[in-house]
Amino acid sequence: MAQTSHGVGGLTYDAKKRPWPAEFNVLLALVILVGLFELIGRIFLGDSFLFNTRPNVDAIFNEQRLQIIILQVSIVGIIAIGVTQVIICGGIDLSSGSVVGATAMIAMSFAQVATVNGNPNPKAMFLAYGWTDLPVIVPLFVAVACGLIAGLVNGLLIAYTRIPPFIATLGMMVTARGIAKWWSKGEPISFPTEGFAAIGKGLMPVIIFISLAILFQLILTYTKYGKHCYAIGSNEDAARMSGIKIANHKVLVYVIAGILASLAAVVLCSKNLTAQSGMGVMYELDAIAMAVIGGVSLSGGRGSIIGTVIGSLIFGVIISGFTFLRLDAYYQEMVKGVIIVGAVVLDQWRQRRRAIGA
Amino acid sequence: MSDIVLKTENLTKHYGGVHALQEANFELRKGEHVAIMGDNGAGKSTFVRQITGVEQRTDGKIWFDGKEVNFSGPIEAREAGIETVFQNLALADDLDVPSNLFLGREKVLFNLGPFSILDRKAMRKATEAALVRTAVKIPNLSSTIRHMSGGQRQCVAIARTATFASKLIIMDEPTAALGVQETAQVENIIRTLKENGEPLILVSHNMRQVFDLVDRIVVFRRGKIVANLRKQDTDGNDIVAYITGAKTGQAELQAA
Repeated sequence: MAQTSHGVGGLTYDAKKRPWPAEFNVLLALVILVGLFELIGRIFLGDSFLFNTRPNVDAIFNEQRLQIIILQVSIVGIIAIGVTQVIICGGIDLSSGSVVGATAMIAMSFAQVATVNGNPNPKAMFLAYGWTDLPVIVPLFVAVACGLIAGLVNGLLIAYTRIPPFIATLGMMVTARGIAKWWSKGEPISFPTEGFAAIGKGLMPVIIFISLAILFQLILTYTKYGKHCYAIGSNEDAARMSGIKIANHKVLVYVIAGILASLAAVVLCSKNLTAQSGMGVMYELDAIAMAVIGGVSLSGGRGSIIGTVIGSLIFGVIISGFTFLRLDAYYQEMVKGVIIVGAVVLDQWRQRRRAIGA
Repeated sequence: MSDIVLKTENLTKHYGGVHALQEANFELRKGEHVAIMGDNGAGKSTFVRQITGVEQRTDGKIWFDGKEVNFSGPIEAREAGIETVFQNLALADDLDVPSNLFLGREKVLFNLGPFSILDRKAMRKATEAALVRTAVKIPNLSSTIRHMSGGQRQCVAIARTATFASKLIIMDEPTAALGVQETAQVENIIRTLKENGEPLILVSHNMRQVFDLVDRIVVFRRGKIVANLRKQDTDGNDIVAYITGAKTGQAELQAA
């Protein structure tokens, strides 16, 4: 395919000039970043970022660090999967972090045990009703329902009142956080059943994240739903003229994003064995950042779940790398901000270069 | 009226007090290519919008394919078999050629509602067939529309109309934004459509193009059809006279 083919009217196409898939650039950035931390570590700390340096452990890589990196990002990563398809469809979802908070509170209150150390559970919300020691399916169902309702409200507002997604989901962000605080009057909800606690145990968050990522990568690539996401994001008018039911599709997109946020909430509060009203603060921005770093265009139509997964790893590597270099957490936040803006600037620059036809 | 594909009777459109289209009577026969010409604001695009259901007419009747029709929207018109290539191309920039051709009517392997699995192979094959039929050459089907020239995009838009068994193709200034070579390619496609006997309405400002491609020329002026002439019965000066209003009155076809 290296040769140039000619069409009628002098149309030419050179396969060599075809741009790389965006994911490749992101992967390259990840590799460079890891290399950078490795180099700095070797020079200044005499320690390796990536490889095992402890003599008493028989491993090539520093498995502990790698596990922490991926475990760290997998919960926000689940949200980022939902956010990615929203952004590809030309929207934005600012509510996911608050939906995590509200869902964690509500779902956890249906996952509590009746007795702790022989005494009645002091934190049980529904002890009086006897709604304790419920099978794990109940809190799971409640969580999905919470995410579904939040997403449905977002989607209906955006599709039918035509208000910008930014505003609709901002409203949900504030409201859902309010619900999270109101639910138990600010009290944390703790002592989940063993079944519920198993969801977020060990590397389960990673397994859930990767499974969902694969599922949604396939959905976006091989189904009508995915194709229409890209179509609406790249040219909504064209999509409408082609007979795609834009409103229905948008509602579905936000519902899926809401459900994914609620699943992240389940994993999060199961992993922490407690739910607090402040859970998930800023998660929406971290999730958007993962998507944007992963090459998802904020103007819609471009990006992939694979890109977002790599973006989330970049995110994790940065946080872990800063800890490795023993830098303050304050710097992490600052650099995170710079990276998010940098990724958007890069995207804009890429687009403009494309528009010029370079 | 067996060989009449499209017929309008007293088609009228008012925008408030503006009479954009007045009592247009128009006929298109099978395999016929007709050009619609006229100055800006003469009613050409208004006429097209009434036929394709983009707007609702104030008065008049439309017959298409032997039946009287009332399209409530462009999608209905498309489902009936009227394919339109709009001035502003209705393509999704970030999708490849087959995805654009089949946008909104994808071929499906397993029907799972919105999550239906796409039959990508079949769509690719059908795309190749459509491109062959319209003699459109796109070197790489899997590159996105964003990476294509204006001419290639226009070709994709036209190929889309030919992919589905359309009964009428309408093109609204398909070469207005194109260079010389790209225009030539689009014109070649139109010739191919003519050979295949597909009826076409071409809205154009380009006199040479019109005389090269079509059988009949209809001139609009101030919302009215002022001339309906076979190509061999007229010439450029004549048409210009009708467009500018130097010549007035309804010039009708001589009964053949």
